[in-house]
Amino acid sequence: MIEEPDQPPAPFGKRKTGSADLIKQKIDKLGVVIALIAMPTLLFVPFVTFKANRIVQGQPVWVFSALPTWAAACLMLVVIAVLVSAILKAGVLVRMTAACLGLVTVLIAIGLAASFLTPEGNSFARVSTATGFWMLLFAFAMLLIDALARLRPRPLARILLLLAGLALLGLLARIGVWNELSLLKEFSSRADSFWREGWRHLALAVGSLVIAFAFGLPLGILCYRVERLRAAILNVLNVIQTIPSIALFGLLIAPLGWIAANLPGASELGIRGIGAAPAFIALVLYALLPIVANTVSGLVGVDAAVSNAAKGLGMTDGQILRRIELPLAMPAILTAIRIVLVQNIGMATIAALIGGGGFGVFVFQGIGQTATDLVLLGALPTVALALCAAVIMDALTELATRARKEIATA
Amino acid sequence: MQIAAGSLTRALFGLGILAFLVRPEWFEPALRLLVDQNMPVIYLQGNLLSLLLQHLALVLAATTVAAILAISAAIFVTRPVGSDFLPLSRSIVSIGQTFPPVAVLALCVPVLGFGNGPTLVALIFYGLLPIFENALTALRTIDPAVLEAARGSGMSEPQRLMRVELPLAMPLIISGIRLSAVISVATATIGSTVAAKTLGEVIVAGLQSYNYAFILQGGVLVAALALLIHDSLTILERRFGLRRLATTDGKP
Repeated sequence: MIEEPDQPPAPFGKRKTGSADLIKQKIDKLGVVIALIAMPTLLFVPFVTFKANRIVQGQPVWVFSALPTWAAACLMLVVIAVLVSAILKAGVLVRMTAACLGLVTVLIAIGLAASFLTPEGNSFARVSTATGFWMLLFAFAMLLIDALARLRPRPLARILLLLAGLALLGLLARIGVWNELSLLKEFSSRADSFWREGWRHLALAVGSLVIAFAFGLPLGILCYRVERLRAAILNVLNVIQTIPSIALFGLLIAPLGWIAANLPGASELGIRGIGAAPAFIALVLYALLPIVANTVSGLVGVDAAVSNAAKGLGMTDGQILRRIELPLAMPAILTAIRIVLVQNIGMATIAALIGGGGFGVFVFQGIGQTATDLVLLGALPTVALALCAAVIMDALTELATRARKEIATA
Repeated sequence: MQIAAGSLTRALFGLGILAFLVRPEWFEPALRLLVDQNMPVIYLQGNLLSLLLQHLALVLAATTVAAILAISAAIFVTRPVGSDFLPLSRSIVSIGQTFPPVAVLALCVPVLGFGNGPTLVALIFYGLLPIFENALTALRTIDPAVLEAARGSGMSEPQRLMRVELPLAMPLIISGIRLSAVISVATATIGSTVAAKTLGEVIVAGLQSYNYAFILQGGVLVAALALLIHDSLTILERRFGLRRLATTDGKP
């Protein structure tokens, strides 16, 4: 909590640039909090960890010894500039630009630190990210998220921003900014398996979504039409959703393993107790509840007058469903797909525990070897995938909701 | 009728679980079918009942802390003092929920080491989000007329919060707590990969030795725990929902 005289909530945000606010020298509380995180971090929290080789205990290195003097000075200046724009109520666009600048500077600084600290020609030394780096990244990310939340970009703009961000990261990786970083060294020694597990991860997450959708949509329509079934089916799916993923994997592994061992020909078909099969089935089962429940609520929400009018025009039940009800239920169904996609990307990580592959392989290997960079190699792409899926699906849902409003008003 | 059948199934399932915890040897012949002759059938490295209780304790501790933090944060950002943080906090909740629990758990290990520590932190972080989300929605959607009436009757701001806003928000907050607790049961299960003492240990041990009997008993026990927590909090939620109706009817 910040001690400040009680002010009325500032009419901040919208599209106004805050020149009037600047004159009044109003101070943004969030900016103060971010400054209270970022400044002490820069000065007192280790930025990177240096290890003579992969196994030994690392030594913490602070910003000013991790970077050449000019770079450390630049970083310092950028951080101060960003924080000033955060504390004074600068316009939202200014704050957003400042936050992006801060993020990119910190990302470049970590790469510079790695190549600065690694002795020439030494391939054993490892430089890893330390708490200070993550806290600076966190502080600027907060600022960016806050600016975006106030700016409320339109759906297409959000997707473009996401693509621009990804392109920038790709460019930085391409020029080799992070090549000396331990994370990238872990990656380059496993590049093949990284992409293989990545595709497996996507196949698990998206494949199970497709299958679940193929079953879930008809099931949802059935539940909508036959009200007696609705409560029963939704109850069963609810119970499944409540069961934790590892437990459900476990409940599927035992019978599948028994089938593989005792039913001739089953194991030739790829049915095995431990492996991708139980993970895939479990993901499909988890996906059913959001899909069925949202299909039902989307269809129930269709105005009865609209379907009656369509009936009056002589449409058959099937036509009404395809041309009127399903398009109107589309936002709800897309919301379900968003929930499932994000949930599946996260849960597919756990599949590695039962031999199902995916990015989780690196996470669990990393836990086993207490190698943080290996954990990051699995965790970062998973988080990135989930975030991208969420942003894109949210934007699509919003577009569909708008289209629906246009249909409704037409 | 359907509800009665559901409760009956659950009661029988619960009895079965109790019997298994007290007398696991009764189930040995059935589980023996799943494993090779010389493999152990019942997990004996840690008493199953005590693992279950430790799992439950971890979840309860994390959910309590998460609830206190989340409700306080929701109250803070809905007051004028905290309004600067409102847009950010709403975005953080939706972004935070896209983080896979395993990632959060694994990234806590380098800071906190192995054991219950990282699991507890991951559980609290992850448990915060649904409670905060629901508390925020509840506090922001209270009928302005009700608040106006409270102000008109001379209530001070803390009185309004304690006697009007929080009671009205309670059913939604409890449903957030239920979501949070169910997620915590799952995350705590994964916690056994970083050496937390939970029922996940049984499943992980089974996976490491290809012992289907261990995997099954661990899976059933974890599922039972999740359902138990889900059901008891659903009942609590309904109680509060009813009381809410009663108070709003009584004092218009």
